[in-house]
Amino acid sequence: MTRTGTAREIVLRLDGITKRFGALTANDAVSLSLARGEVVALLGENGAGKTTLMNILFGHYTADAGTVEVMGQVLPPGTPRAAIAAGVGMVHQHFTLADNLSVLDNILLGTRPLWSLRLNRAAARARVRALAQDFGLKVDPEARTGALSVGERQRVEILKALYREAQVLILDEPTAVLTPQESEALFATLRRATARGLSVIFISHKLHEVMAAADRVVVLRHGKVVGEVATADTSPPALAAMMVGAEVALPRVAAGVPGPVLLRLDDVTTPDEGARPGLKQVSLDLRAGQITGLAGVSGNGQAALADLLSGLIVPASGRLILSDEAPADWNPRAALAAGIGRIPEDRHRTGTIADFTLTENAILETYPQLTRAGLLDHRTARRFTEELIADYDVRCPGPEARIRLLSGGNMQKLILGRVLEARPRIILANQPVRGLDIGAVAYVHSRLISARDAGAAVLLISEDLDEIMGLSDVVQVISEGRLSPGFARGTMGAAELGQWMAGAGFDHAA
Amino acid sequence: MRLEPVANPGLLRRLGLPAAALVATVVTGSLLALSAGADPLATLGLIVTGAVGSKFAALETLNRATPLIFTGLAVAVAFRAKLWNIGAEAQLYAGALVTAVLGAHPIVTGVPGVALIGLAAALAGALVLLGPVLLKTRLGVDEVVTTLLLNFVLLLVVSMLLEGVLKDPMGMGWPKSAPVAKSVRLPRLIEGLRLHWGFGLALIAAGLVWLMQARMRLGYEIRAVGLNRAAARFAGVPVGAVLVKTALISGGLAALAGYSEVAGLKGTLTLDLSPGFGYTGVIVAMLAALHPGGVVVAALFVAGVFVGSDAMSRAAGVPSYIADLLLASALLYMVLAMQLVRYRVVWR
Repeated sequence: MTRTGTAREIVLRLDGITKRFGALTANDAVSLSLARGEVVALLGENGAGKTTLMNILFGHYTADAGTVEVMGQVLPPGTPRAAIAAGVGMVHQHFTLADNLSVLDNILLGTRPLWSLRLNRAAARARVRALAQDFGLKVDPEARTGALSVGERQRVEILKALYREAQVLILDEPTAVLTPQESEALFATLRRATARGLSVIFISHKLHEVMAAADRVVVLRHGKVVGEVATADTSPPALAAMMVGAEVALPRVAAGVPGPVLLRLDDVTTPDEGARPGLKQVSLDLRAGQITGLAGVSGNGQAALADLLSGLIVPASGRLILSDEAPADWNPRAALAAGIGRIPEDRHRTGTIADFTLTENAILETYPQLTRAGLLDHRTARRFTEELIADYDVRCPGPEARIRLLSGGNMQKLILGRVLEARPRIILANQPVRGLDIGAVAYVHSRLISARDAGAAVLLISEDLDEIMGLSDVVQVISEGRLSPGFARGTMGAAELGQWMAGAGFDHAA
Repeated sequence: MRLEPVANPGLLRRLGLPAAALVATVVTGSLLALSAGADPLATLGLIVTGAVGSKFAALETLNRATPLIFTGLAVAVAFRAKLWNIGAEAQLYAGALVTAVLGAHPIVTGVPGVALIGLAAALAGALVLLGPVLLKTRLGVDEVVTTLLLNFVLLLVVSMLLEGVLKDPMGMGWPKSAPVAKSVRLPRLIEGLRLHWGFGLALIAAGLVWLMQARMRLGYEIRAVGLNRAAARFAGVPVGAVLVKTALISGGLAALAGYSEVAGLKGTLTLDLSPGFGYTGVIVAMLAALHPGGVVVAALFVAGVFVGSDAMSRAAGVPSYIADLLLASALLYMVLAMQLVRYRVVWR
């Protein structure tokens, strides 16, 4: 049943799609249909087969069985051009834009024959402007793409699809990289677009977004469709239950018992890096047995703070103090030696080495201890990894598989295991659950809480205010590189924190 | 037409495709011989007999393979770390230069002398690559440019010295160095066979490089740096130090090619010591997919093609340039085959 309740034209139909990768069945006889002007959310845990299904629809993979029909026409499998020509556009989780080209050039890229001498940019620019106007996608066609924010880049990707006259738009975890405000803007765009007859498949595992944005929800689990409901007829807990196959209890977090200060920043300033602001005279105490939540809109100095604690940068002025003394030498290995466990923001780029095995990734921070006379002790490394896989429920083909084969959630569990098994005194958790499904989110959170209860000082960096407010014993807000005072649990509401995030409170304090 | 990754390539795939590349090379060679107006099968047959058909030919091939094993290993070690050392030629000549100087010096004698010269030569090659790698890690200077250009610099330095202070007074005016003393020449591997210990050293070096890549901490670090520098740095791998160590090993290995040629085969340094062994090392390493065992096989193959083509050229009158064409096509087919081991082609 759709929201309007009337029978509408079916623009897209997937029928009995099956795809196997070796022993793994990523999609098992999945069927799905999409009507004109409808938003269907595809919901499922990491590794449930959402992205595989969309890659088949878009022609990036060839299905072992099943057909894809767009506007009543069966698409030849494995042909992205056919999908584009039939009116399917996809916005990937990781954008596919050339940074050194203008927005307009990125949109035009591949739409013109190689041998055409004139681009007729004026007409193209006018069309892009008109599309941007119609769909409320504010972006300057002449801007250099590399200078745009993540939200703006996503708008360019959507414009690119619309420019190619897409009738069906696929968004793969579109909000994973967006701030709450940018997500809201995206939903508004989707509402305008569907009113104009565009159909959207929205891949997500954030329940409240699915409820807000979609008309209908299709739930995948282990590659199978396990449920299909109209959002009007369901609720987040019901969806969560379908996704993970059981009712999920979100952890109820008791307050931590604060201990001594384990890490102190004293009036630290770090240089700006391009558009990325550095820290501006930041002072911060991280206490044992306490989770400090860092709230803020992305790009306000979180990266600089994370890099500083990770050992990647040193203060330009001010001091970093560990156990009452400033370390003489500050680099990633010194940070590890000081007992700082680091969960990096980007698990693909900095957290793991894609072509390394799970074992090789698991020992990435501890391999010096596994060396005897210059030789790596592979047997111990492998045993350690096997334990990690069991203890942290990492679903994988085995310790000698390349980590690139793992879903984001399982990759994150391995990183979590690598960090926690080193028994860190201080934990930097930078966006630890970004892009993870509910099951994995609850798991990561409960592990962080038990680490806190065991006496670790945790710094949680997140753009999700609910996560920050739910977990943190103390909340501090970062805005343009400045840090707010600490607010104890429950003393500040979302609206007040929002004021600080926008920079309001700092002016009073200054 | 598209490429789809193959999760776990089977044995058939991993061995069959390189074999197919070899067949494609043979077919290409036949066409080349045909275009030169010769009987293709006879020509290829002559290349094979010219390479391994007699004891003399086989030994010649092993001798020719020796410097290629060293330069191939040098390139393989560096490329693993994504350190693009295109300067094996320069490092080879640095090693050769040191060998010629020390080898002709009257106080360097006997077994300690042999070891001393080898170590000094390796050190010289390592130092030649140290400059480019420091420029890379400190200032971000592209090592492709610096290592490539150093090839010409070193060759000109050698040329200058051979025309000047190193010129052999007994050399009747030829630009060559004074001969390396008998007592510090690399001995024959087996008495009576024209094959020197350089070949043995090359095999030992390949074994050590394998040990380093597969079992040692440094090998792990080198691969981490090569595969994802940002993640390696984040995890605490000392990226700069790893690159420097890689460069020292790579430069040292390439220099041993020069050492073995001067102290083992030629006994003197001339400007035409290396017909591009340093550059051919890149081909050898790529054919070997950067694997040290593969480097030995690839070096033997490449040396065989060169030696065999020379013999064939004398017998059949087909230009020996066919060797370069064969190697070029072998490289292209092998690179293609390696890609197809990891990806399958999907038509529509």
